[in-house]
Amino acid sequence: MPIEIPKDKWPGSIRTVTIGATSAEGGTRAKTVTVGGGTTMPYLHFEAPTPNKPAIAIEIKSRKPEDWSPLLAEVWGAAMADPAQWAKKAEEAGADLLVLALTVEDSPEDAVKAVKSVLGATGLPLIVWGPGQAEKDNELLVAVAEAAKGERLVLGICEDKNYRTIVATAMANGHLVQARAPMDVNLSKQLNILISDMGMPKDRILMDPTTGALGYGMEYGYSVMERLRLAALQGDAMTQFPMIVTPGFEAWKTKEAKVGEGIPEAWGDWKARAIHWETLTALALVESGADIVVLRHPESVKRVKDAIGELVVA
Amino acid sequence: MALSGIQIYKLLPQTNCKECGFPTCLAFAMKLAAKQVELGACPYVSEESKKQLAESAAPPIRLVTLKADGNEVKVGNEVVMYRHEKTFYNKPGLFLRVKASDPDLAKKVTQADAYKVNYVGMDFSLNGYAIEADGDLTAAVKTVREVTKRPLILISNDAAALDSSLSLLAGETALIYAASESNYESLAEVAKKHKAVLAVKADTLDALADLTQKIQTKGVEDMVLDLGGKNLGDWLMRSTQVRRLALKNFRPLGYPVIFFAAQNGVEKEAVYAAQAIAKYAGFVVIDTFAPEMIYPLLVLRENLYTDPQKPIQVQPGVYEINSPKPESPVLVTTNFSITYFAVANEVEGSGLPAWLVVTDAEGMSVLTAWAAGKFDAERIAKAIKGFNVADKVSKKRLVLPGHVAVLSGEVEEELPGWEVRVGPREAVDLPAFMKQALN
Ligand code: B12
Ligand code: SF4
Repeated sequence: MPIEIPKDKWPGSIRTVTIGATSAEGGTRAKTVTVGGGTTMPYLHFEAPTPNKPAIAIEIKSRKPEDWSPLLAEVWGAAMADPAQWAKKAEEAGADLLVLALTVEDSPEDAVKAVKSVLGATGLPLIVWGPGQAEKDNELLVAVAEAAKGERLVLGICEDKNYRTIVATAMANGHLVQARAPMDVNLSKQLNILISDMGMPKDRILMDPTTGALGYGMEYGYSVMERLRLAALQGDAMTQFPMIVTPGFEAWKTKEAKVGEGIPEAWGDWKARAIHWETLTALALVESGADIVVLRHPESVKRVKDAIGELVVA
Repeated sequence: MALSGIQIYKLLPQTNCKECGFPTCLAFAMKLAAKQVELGACPYVSEESKKQLAESAAPPIRLVTLKADGNEVKVGNEVVMYRHEKTFYNKPGLFLRVKASDPDLAKKVTQADAYKVNYVGMDFSLNGYAIEADGDLTAAVKTVREVTKRPLILISNDAAALDSSLSLLAGETALIYAASESNYESLAEVAKKHKAVLAVKADTLDALADLTQKIQTKGVEDMVLDLGGKNLGDWLMRSTQVRRLALKNFRPLGYPVIFFAAQNGVEKEAVYAAQAIAKYAGFVVIDTFAPEMIYPLLVLRENLYTDPQKPIQVQPGVYEINSPKPESPVLVTTNFSITYFAVANEVEGSGLPAWLVVTDAEGMSVLTAWAAGKFDAERIAKAIKGFNVADKVSKKRLVLPGHVAVLSGEVEEELPGWEVRVGPREAVDLPAFMKQALN
């Protein structure tokens, strides 16, 4: 008996956003990354193909982080002290693009230097995060935006408390922004409206709905992402931006990933567990509609990449 | 599909005799549609109507229960595509596949059966075992049954071997894997005889639907579907299609789904199992007993199957950790389960005594509650006073979570006589803090 498969027909779709600019486009990137464009819930090829596969970013820092898990220090080694070297290794590990996270210790000159050295070391598109303190973020990101004019960087992280300066400098210098709201469909929407109202072109916004790690609130982010994607497909213009989430940052904060001693035997081997923690958090978010996942461990990158490969060409 | 009041009315006697306690058959039908009364209240419903009404009330995805001596796994009965629409109800059973030919069978199952992991106060373990009949199935079932009381899946095409194996499992409900076009008649017979659940397998959903209907006519009601599929993406589509069809009351595919996570290699097992958990599987079978993989899978399952409307919470109150004494410190946190256990486990593990005051923050994490105004100086003071903490201690010293350091001034004002300290941001750092800073 031939079954008629019910298909959803949606009026809306996710916008297409391109990160990075090649020399022909006014930048210096060897390649660009395009995400978004989806017209169905994730990977339902019987309704429509997935136009752009989700991208994997690897997070590196401008200075050697002292609070990262020893497992990450082990795998990145000395490169962690040098953003350019770290960027190269991340590219070798299979990153589609990079996140460079600046720190509070950086001066604007340090920040610009770190960004330039990363841009010089690889041809990958780049996302740059401020350290997460409003004033410092603005100070560093403005300097970076100007110094890397035309590169189509993504500048982050814009939140409702602090987005104006970042959006203004991104607009003036041809960059994109990452708009983060705390796990709430309406707050995401509202921030996107505020940013668009400043005149930011809609193909230069990435939406970050915030996520938690597996076991630490991930399911809230998971559902908010499904709801945002549904809203976008239903035609709500202010939710139609590709989504970027940070499972690496979240997973590597957890005790399961960070700690190797004095933990229950039932948690099993530390390294294998930590990688599962990051991989499964990321996979769940990819299933719920993430367009960019930011990861930290090369092995997780490999596994998530593999999974994405199978999801997009079913 | 549930029937409307009018549709139900058409199936009633329409005599308005009032014996059901309602003035008219229509009034009774409306109450039935709203599920506020039982059909039994009307003595005059015809057998035919009863059957139709029962069918319309049946869940779109059949509830399937595997049973062993004291252990049960219930799957199915789901009603939504996305958890935010309501919730996912019955967590997929996680089964470990073992081989009948394995000389270490008893040892392997014993080890896996002892596995238990605690996540926010709940103990999780594997749900059962799938025995692959690559050797003597009956002997393997005997061996396994001696070391575990959990439900079993028997993987075999051999009706005779299944028959004798199931005879050993009297009083249980096991799952037979799997009936296909070529063997369904003999397997259906065995399933029927032993009241076992029958897994059904075909290459396409069309063929699968045909097969479940044929098997149903053989008298087997409890089935489970193997959807085939060559990789993650392919399986995701099939699973989504089956859930959609089932929710639209397409009965031939209204059964739970079984998924073998290691089908494309053990290196992909964790990711395959994770997708299956998220995307509608009822049974997930893994090949590797690895705590470092099983723990995150069990947590993922728990996370996705919690009711999105109700965060998991603990009772507010004063919790005594490691037999605190009057001079022990007072730690303050919220009543979100994840938060409470993160803190309680650290303190407990450190061996250091403490009073842990859990405030009523409506089940929210520290920062969420703080941002929502459910964890402020006033609430903290109320908890300290309400739980009479001052009577328990000789040293009035309390420690706030590092994330809400900003509250310390206000808490001092609300609680005169108390020394307010700011602890570390993450619970992992609490033991060190307690050792160094609280002496
Ligand atoms: C899951 C989540 C939610 C869930 C709620 C989950 C719940 N039941 O609490 C939902 C989606 C509902 C939610 C809602 C909101 N959220 Co929220 N949420 C999160 C998220 C992602 C994770 C929180 C979590 O569960 N953490 C895990 C638990 C275990 O952490 P914890 O409670 O802090 O406990 C740790 C430490 O504090 C420490 N600790 C705990 N107790 C103690 C005690 C002592 C003595 C010590 C020393 C240490 C200690 O140990 C624990 C482990 O290390 C965070 C962002 C993030 N990734 O962290 C945002 C976050 C907390 N939310 C935030 C906000 C703003 C909100 C909203 C107000 C947004 C809105 N307006 O709608 C709402 C408020 C809710 C409401 N109005 O009803 C902000 C808070 C910002 C701020 N700094 O003030 C955050 C940080 C996101 C962000 N970056 O903006 N949220
Ligand atoms: S008892 Fe049955 S027949 Fe009589 S009024 Fe009620 S529904 Fe109608």
